Amino acid sequence: MSAPGFTNLNSSISYGQNPATPHRNGPAQTYQPMHPPTGCYGAPPQQQSYPTIPAHPAPVPSKAPITNSAHSANYYRSNHHQQQQQQHLSQHHVAPSPYSASPSSAPPSQTYATLPSSAPPPSNAHYSQQPLQQQHHPPYAPPGSYYGPQSYHAPPAQQSQQQPSLVPAPAVGPGAPVYPIVSYPSAPGSSQFGTLSSSQSAAAHGVMPTQMGAPLHQYGTTRPASTAAVQPGYGVAPPSHLAPTVNGQGGTGHQHYDQSQPASLSYDSYGDADHPPSGTPSASVHSSPGHHQGGDTSSSSTGSASPVPNSYDNLEGGSYPDSMPPSNHMTNQAAPYGNYGYPGMPPAYHQGPAAVTDSSPSHDPYGQSSYQQYSQPFPNMSQLSAALGGLSGVPELEVAALRPVNLLQERDLLPHRPLEAPEPNLSPDLKKVNCCPQSFRCTLTSIPQTQALLTKARLPLGLLLHPFRDLQQLPVITSNTIVRCRSCRTYINPFVTFLDQRRWKCNLCYRVNDVPDEFMYNPVTRSYGEPHKRPEVQNATVEFIASSDYMLRPPQPAAYLFVLDVSHNAVEAGYLKYFCESLMDNLDKLPGDTRTRVGFLTFDNTIHFYNLQEGLSQPQMLVVSDIDDIFIPSHDSLMVNLKESKELVKDLLTSLPGMFSESKETHSALGPALQAAFKLMTPTGGRVTVFQTQLPTIGAGSLQSREDPNQRSSTKGVQHLGPATDFYKKLALDCSGQQIGVDLFLLSSQYTDLASLSCISKYSAGSIFYYPSFHCTQNPTQLEKFQKDLERYLTRKIGFEAVMRIRCTKGLSIHTFHGNFFVRSTDLLSLANVNPDSAFAVQMSIDDSLADSSLACFQAALLYTSSKGKRRIRVHTLCLPVVNQLSDVYAGADVQAITCLLADMAIDRSITSSLSDARDALTNAVVDLMSAYKNNVCNLQQSGLVVAASMRLFPVYILSLLKQKALRTGTSTRLDERVFAMCEFKTQPLQQLMRMVHPDLYRLDDMSDQGALHLNDTVVPQPHLLHLSADRVTRDGAFLLDCGNVFYLWIGKSCDHLFIQDVLGFPDYASIPATMTHIPELETLLSERVRAFLDWLQDKRAFSSTLTVMKDNSSAKASFFQYLVEDRSEGPFSYNEFLQHIQQQMS
Amino acid sequence: LLLLLYTNAYGLYHMIIAFDELKTDYKNPIDQCNTLNPTVEKVKKIKRVKIAIKLVLPEYLIHFFFCVMFFCAAEWLTLSLNLPLLAYHVWRYMSRPVMSGPGLYDPTTIMNADILAFCQKEGWCKLAFYLLSFFYYLYGMIYVLVSS
Repeated sequence: MSAPGFTNLNSSISYGQNPATPHRNGPAQTYQPMHPPTGCYGAPPQQQSYPTIPAHPAPVPSKAPITNSAHSANYYRSNHHQQQQQQHLSQHHVAPSPYSASPSSAPPSQTYATLPSSAPPPSNAHYSQQPLQQQHHPPYAPPGSYYGPQSYHAPPAQQSQQQPSLVPAPAVGPGAPVYPIVSYPSAPGSSQFGTLSSSQSAAAHGVMPTQMGAPLHQYGTTRPASTAAVQPGYGVAPPSHLAPTVNGQGGTGHQHYDQSQPASLSYDSYGDADHPPSGTPSASVHSSPGHHQGGDTSSSSTGSASPVPNSYDNLEGGSYPDSMPPSNHMTNQAAPYGNYGYPGMPPAYHQGPAAVTDSSPSHDPYGQSSYQQYSQPFPNMSQLSAALGGLSGVPELEVAALRPVNLLQERDLLPHRPLEAPEPNLSPDLKKVNCCPQSFRCTLTSIPQTQALLTKARLPLGLLLHPFRDLQQLPVITSNTIVRCRSCRTYINPFVTFLDQRRWKCNLCYRVNDVPDEFMYNPVTRSYGEPHKRPEVQNATVEFIASSDYMLRPPQPAAYLFVLDVSHNAVEAGYLKYFCESLMDNLDKLPGDTRTRVGFLTFDNTIHFYNLQEGLSQPQMLVVSDIDDIFIPSHDSLMVNLKESKELVKDLLTSLPGMFSESKETHSALGPALQAAFKLMTPTGGRVTVFQTQLPTIGAGSLQSREDPNQRSSTKGVQHLGPATDFYKKLALDCSGQQIGVDLFLLSSQYTDLASLSCISKYSAGSIFYYPSFHCTQNPTQLEKFQKDLERYLTRKIGFEAVMRIRCTKGLSIHTFHGNFFVRSTDLLSLANVNPDSAFAVQMSIDDSLADSSLACFQAALLYTSSKGKRRIRVHTLCLPVVNQLSDVYAGADVQAITCLLADMAIDRSITSSLSDARDALTNAVVDLMSAYKNNVCNLQQSGLVVAASMRLFPVYILSLLKQKALRTGTSTRLDERVFAMCEFKTQPLQQLMRMVHPDLYRLDDMSDQGALHLNDTVVPQPHLLHLSADRVTRDGAFLLDCGNVFYLWIGKSCDHLFIQDVLGFPDYASIPATMTHIPELETLLSERVRAFLDWLQDKRAFSSTLTVMKDNSSAKASFFQYLVEDRSEGPFSYNEFLQHIQQQMS
Repeated sequence: LLLLLYTNAYGLYHMIIAFDELKTDYKNPIDQCNTLNPTVEKVKKIKRVKIAIKLVLPEYLIHFFFCVMFFCAAEWLTLSLNLPLLAYHVWRYMSRPVMSGPGLYDPTTIMNADILAFCQKEGWCKLAFYLLSFFYYLYGMIYVLVSS
């Protein structure tokens, strides 16, 4: 401690003890306020001031100071998808834009003329056919007056708005030229109008307002788009195609949502200065659409090319409520409409649809919107009960799910396509607004009324959450007051009931709350007095921009610290070069704003800091060799502003791999390095990324090898699944307290005691990546995976200083949490970092009977600081019916969610108790379920194993679980791999986890276009799922096994030559190389189909998967066959044996 | 000697009460109103856990001290009543989670409903036991005083 061992490698500056000592004393005190606190609000040049804060009106030389605070409160952007709607929207955009272009308030007439030729008909149609919207429009005038007094600039804009829409403008416009001017910064005053009107136009469209917000783009290119929302269909000449695409993309918005502030701004900040940036290069606008097109359509169900909207069209065409469209209960979208039609609908309700009926089919999208509008909110109790009456509307579904299946007889259990989440048995309109199952899923989509019933069902009750998922669309709401229940603090959501105009009843605690005045105004319709049409009440997933009430300190800049192992072992593995390359490439894509800070720290048996202070000619390395008492040599220059010191950072990244190439140091002081990282990051919090290649051997937190290789395949039980020391856990808790998240990349060939090391990430809400036997030349597959993962890791969204609270209806309570976090209270998780790839699971219990309500709701609210320094709250609300019949519980069981939750529970069990206990518990879960079902539900005295159809895959899944690396016995499994598999189980989102547990097997050589998806221009074939059994894998076929993070393409010995030639590009089977990891891009139809299918699979997951082509005779065959879980490989049971085992246990 | 026991029991009684109150506290997250200041709340929580940790060891030590005293005073009946609890304490401490410092409760798992419920039940049972034995000691003391 006494001798700070400073050496200075790169420069001659000598660090003496003197400078060092003061530093040592004061890590905490020397919190550098690098940025003035206000900086967080849009201080950065191009980050417009965020509206959240009326207190910070952006410095706009606006004609009028913003006088109307009510305005600023209500903008929000919600990305609704119907393309047509967007067309609508955009059409309106056109109008406003000219306004903003013109400095004076006069030009209206001209602008109308500029309206695209196509404008009139649609707008016309809009009104005549869309009664609801029409209804909204009349209020225009009132709202106008409402606004009038408050902000004088509102009225003109409004007028302009009104006119274009109500008066069909015949002119074909010179609009185009005018248009681009819209957002020119040169007309700041007018830009106010621009924004205003644009938001209004959005608002005018009821539910679907804000495409504007949508076009946000990650790379900031889209900023202009926000104002430039024009639709292509309108032929508005050149510029028109910019925004349109953006709009057209349906929900482009989300995904980049972090980066979206710029765009949403236009909403939020009304008269604020957002425009200058947006005006900039119109060229950039062009680029954005392309971008969106690529990414979005394919994955979003709402994209223009995807089939879903089509089905909407069909269903809703002309005959809206009366004639039932050909409803298809199985498709998500169809069902609601099919069942729709309240018998006892209040007259007011009828109005909407009735009018819609008149509309010509071509305009049905509008019908859609109106439908949404009126069906979602529940203005009063009577309507709610009417809606609940709809519960009985879906008996077929239930019956199908309940059909008893005799597992011993029926063997073809798998559906053709991967299993979808079951639909909760709710009324169609509730279903429609319910949270997307990918974000929020419950194991039982029908909640049992009492704990007794739950126990009887023998199924676990729990939630699976993926709260920070990359979303395609997300309504973002800026509001002065975020409306919450006064007693339980629940955020207002679509499932609350409005008793009357002024009061709403919380759906979780049933308290009656007042509707605040501000909430009465609806920015969507710009009408007053319709609180149930607010976006918060229309969407189950919303995001609020939080005010300063929600922060303890000003939002901190995004801070990233990279802690790199540079010991001999690391140099051998050679990861450093690839890391540096990857970081270099993605340096500009790191999420953050102009305040983003980065730092580097390397360690072997000493800790090396890097001074990257701006102004230095090259990075300085500072070595601290006193690892027993670690201190920070310099406080302000180690974490540096990325923008200012970018050259130095690049310099360092180039030189880093070479610097240690000669290192002979074999020790690794990970513990002290983490302590140093902790001290370095304490002032701001942020993300620490640790790369480790071996067992930490010296300093605090050093570990010993605990694995006995001879025990790897023992069936007796596995030792050492828990941590050897609590050093990492304690450090992680400290980190969590300082809002530091630690992510661990473990690249090692030896035992590294992941069980202990993983604690550092587990309790600081980090993520863990493990690359067994990583070597840059000897193991190219791992290297490729590492590179791909790293790219995703570096560029993915991130939230800092996060907490997540899960609230549920009175009577339900949270039992246990699973995932990476620190549980701070019974319902509160503290997440130092939150990333879009980690999921959480929650076990629930029923404390009190839920008999007095027919719905149970769950709300997960994630409060975090975005990488742009905004405090945001993402709220997901899930609503499920409560049932009192056991059969209903089984009908609503979600077998995938149950499997995942059981896996989490089993992992806890294997750590606290023993592995064999956990395995027994899993088997017992199946036995219990079967017995319970047989005894209580199925009265038929059938022999054999009978189970509800909804649960028919349960035994297969459990069997697969038992054969997973995490839980298997008997097969040689390295301890680290086992522990890593356990960590994955806890944090992977359900879809990914299910693919890992029960991979999808497809046959590729006989794919047909039947049932194929048509996305953009590509045809994506949809081959059927096959059972994971060797008898499905024939010698004459080519099979694709999708295991989540890896694809195996299996080529049978006598596989069709045509396939080999067309897809792999080799003449025959013999000439296929033993290792092949890519599919060549051949011009053949089959090749295109195969690649389209692979890309399609790939698009749906965050981390890209590697592909391995396998030959029948290849040595890697074993790794393919281990996934065929229904066979008896090395594991104890085949599927048949497992069933028989269960049958025995039952009797 | 018995007087000493009395004071000790009294102190223990207080401690157990405090300990138990801490426990019950978790169950009712009062934080409904102050969701907004997570850190403050968190510090409170961690402090509570720490207090609990700090209370456990003295409790065990005092109980052990009692047993030793009873042994010295050849109070065989009382000792035999206390032995099971002593054994339980030893077992409980042996099977505590991996931890470098002294302590029994792991802040990362204490919020787990099962563990929390168990700890609470344990707390109440012990409280009852200590209360009963407190009165028993009191009775013993008075009996000794009167009879001498």
